[in-house]
Amino acid sequence: MGKKIEIDDRFKKFGTVSFTAITKTNDFIDHLEQGKVVGTRCKECGMHFFPPRADCFRCLESHMEWFEVAGNGKLVTYSKLEYGPVGFEKDLPYRIALLDYGDYKVFGRIDDAVPDDALSMGMKMKTRVNRLADGQLNYVFQPA
Amino acid sequence: MGKVGIIGVGQSAFVRQYPGSIRELAFEGFKNAMKDAQITVKDVDASVVCSAPEYDKQRSPAGVFAEYLGLNPQPTFYVESLCSSSSMGLRLAYSLVKSGLHDVVAVIGFQKMSEISSSESQERMGRGADIQWESPFGTMMPAYYAMYARAHMAAYGTTPEDLARIRVKSATYGQLNELAVYRKPVTFEMFADPNDRMAGPVASPLRVGDCCANADGSSCIIVASEEKARALSQKPVWILGLGAASTSVNLAGRNLFTGLTVAQEAAKQAYAMAGIEPKDIDVAEVHDCFTIAELMAYENLGFAAPGEGKDLIRSKETYKEGRIPVNVDGGLLSKGHPIGATGGSQIRTIVLQLRGEAGAIQVKDPEIGLVHNIGGVGLYGNVTILGR
Repeated sequence: MGKKIEIDDRFKKFGTVSFTAITKTNDFIDHLEQGKVVGTRCKECGMHFFPPRADCFRCLESHMEWFEVAGNGKLVTYSKLEYGPVGFEKDLPYRIALLDYGDYKVFGRIDDAVPDDALSMGMKMKTRVNRLADGQLNYVFQPA
Repeated sequence: MGKVGIIGVGQSAFVRQYPGSIRELAFEGFKNAMKDAQITVKDVDASVVCSAPEYDKQRSPAGVFAEYLGLNPQPTFYVESLCSSSSMGLRLAYSLVKSGLHDVVAVIGFQKMSEISSSESQERMGRGADIQWESPFGTMMPAYYAMYARAHMAAYGTTPEDLARIRVKSATYGQLNELAVYRKPVTFEMFADPNDRMAGPVASPLRVGDCCANADGSSCIIVASEEKARALSQKPVWILGLGAASTSVNLAGRNLFTGLTVAQEAAKQAYAMAGIEPKDIDVAEVHDCFTIAELMAYENLGFAAPGEGKDLIRSKETYKEGRIPVNVDGGLLSKGHPIGATGGSQIRTIVLQLRGEAGAIQVKDPEIGLVHNIGGVGLYGNVTILGR
């Protein structure tokens, strides 16, 4: 009997439907569990990456540290979906959006609790971890 | 080193559900291009097959097509860049011919989207975006382009009515195109009526009428060296300029949301290679998968300054009689968008225009035409400039 190989597939917990299970950025999920949305920063050149990545194309090194997406970003743009892809029907309608934090941008959803008329382009928003009913994790944007 | 020409163009009708297999679908575009070029399969030195593979049950369609189309034992291979696959195929064919490796290359684009449901199709289209970090939020192509539309509206005062103007123009010409999937008239009243299907919500601010339809279809472009083109063709059309570019797959990695950087970059390359400027273009086909995409194309190609795309459509300058006619074959909005076949269909339209063979949609005496073909949400961009 060979030893059973443990597969680290934590990333399958990300979002309503995850299309990726195995990634070197799996610790992202642990940070979400602890209530933190994090990106990576290259220890060599200091470049911020969101979404997080394991490798820096500038330095050709893989020396990353995590940083927390903290403070406020500006709402760059958004859209409200009335139709969704397979697997997302129960979430409808929902809004996807992009926040600009200056050194990096964050793509995600706007909190369903925020009414449409509370949204304006350029408004300040914060990013918060969100646990879905089935235990999956994502993050949402709320007015700052 | 000589020029590279196009000596044959063809496409199938673009339809909701093609009543045949993918090899039979590919035959339709191929047959028309070969008859147009008046050549036989022995004249074709190689074939490049272009599509988005996730719609196919058949692995590696190139080999299957080569056999079915009588193109054995010549080499064949597959190229993919989502919705711009067949423009990328043309770029490859150009380099194969320009290098002297081959004299005549067939670029075969196809897509049979009807084998899967519309929502499955949307899910696959969405996976043309970043599946690790964005698709888990429930992304879709219309929603991504809607985000560009909202940013454009906020920055420049573009309105949903401006986008409706693009669709109304498209339908004006779509009605004349026997190969188009959508041939009914579209009016401003339809967009103004909340109960009309055209005004139905999809992904705000885009509505049903702002989106092109899925379709099944095929296209084929026959590319030849200058020597072969002059020997085989009465009216060769020359490839004057080629541009291609890429950008960050996730929106978080981008800096521009009122236009597509890949289109700007590809256009710059193509204009430089052709030695011309935007004002020299007499007729254009642009990638109007959504109305906002055509409006941004006006600006990214230099037909209008940033923010002034809306003025171009308001003044009807992109109609057939206007300063720069755009998508006078109905565009993707009317023709439908069989992903891998789309670029070839756009190229076909411009070739027919330059030959003076475009029939009811013929623009007056064009000398230089442009094709703008985008893959994904501005992930890949191809701009091709053709001339007589």
